[in-house]
Amino acid sequence: MLAFIIRRILQSCMVLLTVALLAFTMFRFVGDPVAQIVSLDTPAEEVRKVRESLGLDDPVIVQMGRYLYKAVQLDFGISYQFRQPVIELLAERAPATLELALISSLLSLAIGIPMGVYTALRRDSVFARVFQSISLVGVSLPTFLIGILLIYLFAVTLGWLPSFGRGQVVTVSGRWSTGLLTASGLKALILPSITLGLYQMTLIMRLVRAEMLEVLRSDHIKFARARGLTTRAIHFRHALKSTLVPVITIAGLQLGSIIAFAVITETVFQWPGMGALFLKAVQNVDIPIMAAYLMIISALFVTINMVVDLLYAFVDPRLRATIKG
Amino acid sequence: MTIPSPSTGPSSSGDSLWSRIMAHDLTYLFFRSPLTVVAAILSVAIILAALLAPWLASMDPFDPAQVFLADANIPPVWQDGGDPRFVLGTDDQGRDLYSAILYGMRVSLVIGLSGVALAATIGITLGLVAGYLGGRVDAVIMRVADVQLTFPAILIALLVNGVVQALSKGTSRETWAFGVLILSIGLSFWVQYARTIRGSTLIEKNKDYIHAARLVGQPTPLILLRHLLPNVIGPVLVILTINLGLAIITEATLSFLGVGLPPTQPSLGTLISIGNKYLFSGDWWIVTFPGLTLAIFVLSINLIGDWLRDALNPRLQ
Repeated sequence: MLAFIIRRILQSCMVLLTVALLAFTMFRFVGDPVAQIVSLDTPAEEVRKVRESLGLDDPVIVQMGRYLYKAVQLDFGISYQFRQPVIELLAERAPATLELALISSLLSLAIGIPMGVYTALRRDSVFARVFQSISLVGVSLPTFLIGILLIYLFAVTLGWLPSFGRGQVVTVSGRWSTGLLTASGLKALILPSITLGLYQMTLIMRLVRAEMLEVLRSDHIKFARARGLTTRAIHFRHALKSTLVPVITIAGLQLGSIIAFAVITETVFQWPGMGALFLKAVQNVDIPIMAAYLMIISALFVTINMVVDLLYAFVDPRLRATIKG
Repeated sequence: MTIPSPSTGPSSSGDSLWSRIMAHDLTYLFFRSPLTVVAAILSVAIILAALLAPWLASMDPFDPAQVFLADANIPPVWQDGGDPRFVLGTDDQGRDLYSAILYGMRVSLVIGLSGVALAATIGITLGLVAGYLGGRVDAVIMRVADVQLTFPAILIALLVNGVVQALSKGTSRETWAFGVLILSIGLSFWVQYARTIRGSTLIEKNKDYIHAARLVGQPTPLILLRHLLPNVIGPVLVILTINLGLAIITEATLSFLGVGLPPTQPSLGTLISIGNKYLFSGDWWIVTFPGLTLAIFVLSINLIGDWLRDALNPRLQ
């Protein structure tokens, strides 16, 4: 077991290192680090001094080491367009993205699971069919189109909800700006979180349905029936419980991609988050931000993946056996 | 594991080809599913409309000489202020929306198909090599695939886009936007092909016919292409179909986000992006019609892909 944990952690570190090398390559060779400091009319002598002070004349391997060393301390350099440290820019916008991602995943679980259970239990009912078709449409419609549709319906036509921004935010404990505590902040969250969560919701619904159908055929459910338990107890206490383990896993794994997909939603709703910052960086070729975002997102992905894998090993006895053997 | 695909079958048997297609299991299953038939008809209609755009469209939206700013933002013909020349209205530059959709669909389709083709080529090649050679080559390729799989495709496409943009500083977007989109899609979707092909290759490579080919002394590339490839390519068909929908969505999304095609070469995504700017002033048609076309096309492709996956799955029959 210990060997498995160590191997898994080493593997994750290798992945992170690869991504960091990629980020360094981008930072050093695609963008020009000098350009972020000097202006067009800086004398050549000055430019040379800047190059030297940045250590750009050192061997590449030394520069790489320095970049990694700084990155571990969350120093990702200075943004070309904002002339501010990248980490400050990201930290400022992280709460908006994280809140949006969290609410979207909760929403997708809260709606997706009941819908999945329903479609599995009443497979031939009209509603089940409607849900199934909706889920296919949800998978086929691009996120930005769903966002536009919601804005047109609820913001432009009906005027019920705001179409952009976070509403009123309050700062909690000095750093974290939250929109969860004000009415306008909550209102502003509704449309973006539905847009972002819809794809997830359809995914979870289909997964719950498939798992539930599988579980209902299994022996322990047959046995529960034989014991004369009520249908309700069989469905919800036994079947649903064994369905939820893989569902929670997938939901956890998807949290990373929700944060990445937020790029689109944040653009449609002009949500002041990390995704919108990243997109602006791509449009304006702001390499330091792109490199930093790449590393932060991958660190997030890798951590989530690793935790899920390790948890699985603890939870699932079959897996534990193969690891030992 | 070969899937006899009727359309590419030998044509030497001229008259019996049609009857062979009609007698095929897949054809039988196809006509048993009305939804799939509708989806197929819609897809074919949209593809045909895109191919025949120069003949169906009333104007060439790419030709500045035919576009007049004075015609900008005209509503569809059935609304007040509509103009019979522009059935679905015009966009902010005075382009006929109906023509722009036809041409835009064409652009989306070309980029989607080329992107998927590139992804499949990269993925199939790497999968074959990794599975057949094994060892260190295999480990490196599959490790890269693992790393990439943790990132959503759209993120990789955005990164590729940003890097190319940085490298081609000073040149105009028109010259490289097309290629970059195809490259982004190709680089973001290859992993699935590689994994599938590698899996089947691992099974096939130990079979007698491969051993025989090796004993006769055939060179490895020939074994891979002539003997292995035809026997592992089957499952790729489903991935291709589903990926085409994804690729078209990715292109539209990138263009919508402003890192895809410029407004002078509008794809469906670009048109939707333009329309989004005019949504608040009540010009609903610019975003609605391209959006509807995109949604119907992707939905149809996904329906066909879903059906194909079930139809080719022997366990479900």
